[in-house]
Amino acid sequence: MTDDCAIALSGVTLALGNATFAFDCRLPAGAITAVTGPSGSGKTTFLNLVAGFERPDAGTVSIGGQDVTALHPAERPVSLVFQDNNLFAHLDIASNIGLGIDPSLRLSAQDRAAVSTALERVGLGGFEKRRPGTLSGGERQRAAFARALVRRRPVLLLDEPFAALDPDLRAAMSALLVELHRETGNTVLIVTHDPQEVRRSADHVLFLKQGRIAVNLPAERFLSGTGVAEADTFMRQI
Amino acid sequence: MRAIGGGALVLAVITGFAGTALAALLLFDGAGFSGLLDTYTLSVARFTLWQATLSTLLSVLFGIPVARALARRPQFPGRIWIVRLLAVPMGLPVLIGALGLIGIWGRQGAMNDLLRMLGLAEPVSIYGLSGILLAHVFFNMPLAARLMLAGLERIPGEYWRVAASLGMPSRSVFRFIEGPVLLGLLPGVAGLIFMLCVTSFTLVLVLGGGPAATTIEVAVYQALRFDFDPGRAVALALMQITMTGILLAAMAFVPVPVEQSATLARGGRRFDGWRRQTQWVDGTVLLLATTFTGLPLLAVVLAGLKADLPALLFSPAFRRAALTSLAIALSAGCLSVMLAATIIHARAAIGSERRAGMALRGIRAGLSGAGSLILLVSPLMLGTGWFLALRPFGDVARFAPTLVIVINSLMALPFVIRVLSPAFDVHQARTGRLAASLGIQGFARLRLIDGPVLAKPVLMALSFAMALSLGDLGAVALFGSDDLVTLPYLIYSRLGSYRTNEADGFALILGFVCLLLTVVGTLGSRNRMTDDR
Repeated sequence: MTDDCAIALSGVTLALGNATFAFDCRLPAGAITAVTGPSGSGKTTFLNLVAGFERPDAGTVSIGGQDVTALHPAERPVSLVFQDNNLFAHLDIASNIGLGIDPSLRLSAQDRAAVSTALERVGLGGFEKRRPGTLSGGERQRAAFARALVRRRPVLLLDEPFAALDPDLRAAMSALLVELHRETGNTVLIVTHDPQEVRRSADHVLFLKQGRIAVNLPAERFLSGTGVAEADTFMRQI
Repeated sequence: MRAIGGGALVLAVITGFAGTALAALLLFDGAGFSGLLDTYTLSVARFTLWQATLSTLLSVLFGIPVARALARRPQFPGRIWIVRLLAVPMGLPVLIGALGLIGIWGRQGAMNDLLRMLGLAEPVSIYGLSGILLAHVFFNMPLAARLMLAGLERIPGEYWRVAASLGMPSRSVFRFIEGPVLLGLLPGVAGLIFMLCVTSFTLVLVLGGGPAATTIEVAVYQALRFDFDPGRAVALALMQITMTGILLAAMAFVPVPVEQSATLARGGRRFDGWRRQTQWVDGTVLLLATTFTGLPLLAVVLAGLKADLPALLFSPAFRRAALTSLAIALSAGCLSVMLAATIIHARAAIGSERRAGMALRGIRAGLSGAGSLILLVSPLMLGTGWFLALRPFGDVARFAPTLVIVINSLMALPFVIRVLSPAFDVHQARTGRLAASLGIQGFARLRLIDGPVLAKPVLMALSFAMALSLGDLGAVALFGSDDLVTLPYLIYSRLGSYRTNEADGFALILGFVCLLLTVVGTLGSRNRMTDDR
């Protein structure tokens, strides 16, 4: 299972307005890869290409050895967590997570039990009937994780998932992410502009610069210095 | 302090004007109140509510798929033009829309020709209830669609990504995302449309008529102008004011629908609706909506071009009516802008008062109410009251131009305030302290500080108010005479004497001018809003 989950972008190019992007990389399966870089470097675009929200002008995107370039986001084997608005504000938490099992919310008793189990796993046991508005930012992100859990997709994509949280909370959420990753063994791609986050959770790091991949290294080598000035400066910020 | 004084004065003038009308209605000694319960008045009231209910239902029902299709297809070819087309009925004088509808749906209209060709024996009737509903949907479905589109576009972009990634089918997207948003908008949108349909005058005057299809507004007009039965007019007018009063009170509990620039505030890209089937559905919906809205407009243009336009333009009747209309519209527009500016200044001045006492807070609340007084007491009701109040003083026609100007300016007031208020507030926040610290006051302040910045919003508001006044038939219908003929009145009387060709020609000219003024009055507001961001 492990090796065929790798994400690969080969010869991918994309032009959006004045910005051009060119990505070519293979990412290890079953690992947490941090996608980082200065703002405007194309982190979110990279994620959108993998998720299917952007289609490349040229090149192919494959996930687990399968060419997904032409597939709709729903057909790709990925789950998503964004910085905000992951949950539909007018639906209770159980429904929000249930949508991850069946997008028309036709749930069996077994499915509902799975939702409750997932909620307990992320520390939100008993939150089924609560509305997203009554939860704190951290709790809402935990609920988003719970939905990713019930989706059971081999790849989890996160776009700045903790950027809106307090620093203390960020560390706790990173720990939860790493724990869940160890249990499921999924491939995780996390877009972040926070060097601490890279240190805490990444097994592998992609550093982007002006729409290109400047560094593509395992985390320990990335942290010990890359020789790319921007990347090393970036990691020295607190 | 001067600003507050001005506000108090404006408040006194507006309440005095409306109060006189109301007092005249209430103090009318005649068979007034017993008339409230006669079968004719009751049936008119029933019909008024019934047609408004159906019109609202249909407008909202048809508006939903249009809003969904537009929201789901940001890339639809010509989308921006469809959205703009949907704004046209709101800027078009109602009378002209009615003419266009008759051109398409009338007995000789294109639609009935088509239906007859398809072998349908009973063509659609543009007159009576079906005609009124058709016309109300023509004017209000686009409004509903635009308001709901704006609501859908305010949905956060992540929702569409989550929905796409979860693979939610179109039905689920509607149930879990669009539906709840639309449901939240529904009371405001439906309330607004219901209100517009309850107080609809011109459409019912042209397309309705007869005891079976008359709204209170038209019944008041007929009672005063034809039957000369002021008692009945008073009874009906009081009934109408009670009705709008109850509606307004109910709507106070409902969020106001906002059309936060439907074209700019894009909630994010959509990833649903890529299946063939939904593409076909949306394409068909947009085609139908475009045709339904566009054909009557096209009919106005084509019918107008058939008339001998140069001859009409130089006819003395047109020149007189055009000059009258222009004079009234310009006066009403200027008056409306002055009232609005005074109200806004006074409200701001009271708002910045650290310890506003009861009196000041009362003035402030009163000014907010005075700004939208016309919603409670419709133009025709104000006219009726003044008609009765002035009768003892001789020929009412002598006062007609003044009355029409004041009523038209009050009609435009809510819109003018809405256009001016953000511009004035921003300007005050940016320059107020600086100008005060430099001691720039009075005329110098107007010339150096306020004039250059506020000229544009003021002109916009003026243009919008003039469009409203130019196209209005309500106020002038009561007072119109050979001495007071405005363009809509001219068109209406040409229609009444079956000189349809001339009516079509005048309608094209008036419609063009009004749309132009409305475009000037609204396009700028978008630019300004983006500039400020």
